[in-house]
Amino acid sequence: MVLKIFFPQCCNRADSGLLVGRWIEGHDSAVVLAVIHYPFIPGQVKQYIQQMQAQSRVELSVLGSWSLPKEGQEGMESFLRDLSTIFPQGRWLQISRQMGKTGFACQVLNRDQNGKAVQKEVKKKKENEEGGGEKEEEEEEEEEEEKVIFVHYEQRKAMLSQLHPEENGVPDATADPPSELRQVFQTVAHSEPLFFLDRYDDGPLKSTHWQSEGREASIVVELLKQASVPLCLLVSWLLSVWTWICNIRILSVYPVRFLSSKLSTCVQLSYRTEHMKTLSSPKPAATHTHFMRKANILVSFMVDVALGLLLISWLYRENRITVLANTLVPAADHVAKELEELLQWLMGAPAGLKMNRALDQVLGRFFLYHIHLWISYIHLMSPFVERILWYGGLSACLGLTFALSLLSDMVALLTFHIYCFYVYGARLYCLKIYGLSSLWRLFRGKKWNVLRQRVDSCSYDLDQLFIGTLLFTILLFLLPTTALYYLVFTLLRLVVVLFQGVLHLSVDFINSFPLFAMGLRICRPYRLAEGVKFRVLCEEPGTALHLLMEINPLKCSTVVQTYRTPTYSCYPKDSWAALVKKLFVGELIYPWRHKTTKID
Amino acid sequence: MEDESFTDINGKAISLDCQSHSSLCREFTVSSPKVSIGKVMVFTCSVWLVAYAVFCFTENTAVLSSAILITLVGMILHIHFVKIDHESLLVIDCLGIQLSSSYASGRENTTFIEMSKIKDIVINEAVYMQRIIYYLCILLKDPSDPNAVSSVVPLFQSSKPRLNCLVKVYKSCQEILSKC
Repeated sequence: MVLKIFFPQCCNRADSGLLVGRWIEGHDSAVVLAVIHYPFIPGQVKQYIQQMQAQSRVELSVLGSWSLPKEGQEGMESFLRDLSTIFPQGRWLQISRQMGKTGFACQVLNRDQNGKAVQKEVKKKKENEEGGGEKEEEEEEEEEEEKVIFVHYEQRKAMLSQLHPEENGVPDATADPPSELRQVFQTVAHSEPLFFLDRYDDGPLKSTHWQSEGREASIVVELLKQASVPLCLLVSWLLSVWTWICNIRILSVYPVRFLSSKLSTCVQLSYRTEHMKTLSSPKPAATHTHFMRKANILVSFMVDVALGLLLISWLYRENRITVLANTLVPAADHVAKELEELLQWLMGAPAGLKMNRALDQVLGRFFLYHIHLWISYIHLMSPFVERILWYGGLSACLGLTFALSLLSDMVALLTFHIYCFYVYGARLYCLKIYGLSSLWRLFRGKKWNVLRQRVDSCSYDLDQLFIGTLLFTILLFLLPTTALYYLVFTLLRLVVVLFQGVLHLSVDFINSFPLFAMGLRICRPYRLAEGVKFRVLCEEPGTALHLLMEINPLKCSTVVQTYRTPTYSCYPKDSWAALVKKLFVGELIYPWRHKTTKID
Repeated sequence: MEDESFTDINGKAISLDCQSHSSLCREFTVSSPKVSIGKVMVFTCSVWLVAYAVFCFTENTAVLSSAILITLVGMILHIHFVKIDHESLLVIDCLGIQLSSSYASGRENTTFIEMSKIKDIVINEAVYMQRIIYYLCILLKDPSDPNAVSSVVPLFQSSKPRLNCLVKVYKSCQEILSKC
């Protein structure tokens, strides 16, 4: 069996001493976490290890001894071997290294039941190759061959990195035990208390690990941690006030609730409130996923507010608001005039088609009157437009997403007449299509069976047939007129919907893109690990195999997929085929319906 | 380190390099032929001739500059994302198998599969367009059913060596895998 020893790179030049780490059962491997230097008192070492085990809940033990003899230090070998009697272990590793050579040598002492140490030597490839008759006999006498692979890993990176796909929560007993690499990473990550002992400590023990030159800390991080507690309290108080306002009885009346579910600004507000609730919880994040979600939400919110402030600073200088307000009402007038011209064109002979004069005039006049009403309302509102724009633009200080949602809502309100025309045209067309299909069935002597949901034959009376056929003819010849009005207004409505869709997509993108995770992937790629990669270190003949384990970072597309903040889904809920079918039949389409996804 | 003359399924020459780092660890590298200067020259000359012809008709210099830009960007994208220089397989006893493909620009794409997930390495047959080819692949275990195969990871996909090369790699891998 091959014994794998995970050795930290920081301990490559450590002074001789004891190896502290963990055996990973079932995989025949050991993770070395630190080296405790000579001189030490064995009783204190045992006490220290028990203390660390209690703090970190990792099964620490003394794995063996490490010897790197400097000049003038001889005779350590036998001393270190005698140590194995003081620390009773199943297996005792004796790793030694000579200065100037890069390879390690390892001897493994096994204890059999009598407590006697039985030594098994590492089989080296050179010795096998040199094998003559004597060696072969010796090989036959050996019970097992014990081979050793040294895997060097960088301790700090292994401690900070997180293997994906993550295993969160309590693992159930029936699931497979975590793989070897995952256990290695978990061991290093959970052994943080072990890395607090640095060389400036005055304790009885001296150890070497990645932090032994001095504990690392960042002033900025510490200050942020101290400042975050009162900030969280403030934010949660503000949130409670806001939720109290939202829950006032008068705002729970049905029309207000319906309106607020349709306006994207209100939806965005409720969405951000939820985010703030996640952020303002005073407990620190328990799992990695939770931490990443909080960090992503915070960074997205900051970027959003920064972009919004940028927009405000651009919008509010040089009287741009006044310019905008002054062009808004003429623009609405222009749109209305264009619509009137369109209707006049439809009332004439559009594209050479001959329309039914009476129906044409009725529909055209009806829509023209509608436009006239709408323009009157716009003109009524025109003195207030500048004020509204000014205060509305201030909402961008809450974030660019609010400004975009407000713009989308304003576009929806200003083009409300187009929406109304579309609904009238669609309803009329839909009625006509249903009437036509039903009467066509009557024409052929069939009927729709509602119970069986199929078409059945039916015998009609003569007067039923007569009237049905008459109505069918009327509807059929009026079809081109209605269809043309429907087509024109559907196209206009689709243009508006497309514009609103682009705005919603960009809002969704700003909301859900995991900026913090992406930044982490670019600047500290070892924190998000997809796996590991090995490199064979240049070996000297006669030594064991040395490998360097590096962290393989996650691909950018996987980062976005894993850490995407769930948003109200803003994609079209119909496929293209279903959409075209709906358009053909005349059903009303709502391509951008907001659905809330459950956030766990 | 051996270097016989092998070919891929289309007849182009490739080279196989077997390196034995120790009795526990072996590395196999299959190298494809490099980007040939002839092809690059033909490509750039044809693009520029077409651009010059269009320029003669339209008298617009933007055509020429865009042709230069397209050529440069196309070549950069090709060597960074498309052209694989060599693919290697590192087998470590009782630890796992590492596959890596490195592109002509130096970018490396590495995957490591742990030994506990590997069922076996086999040579499989596949129908590829109008012919049947052999490819080496790793069978992964299904966590729920120890005897079933959950998925197959094909090796040396871009260099596609022929059977003689695959057999050599297969025999070498099986020697190591059988010990674990």
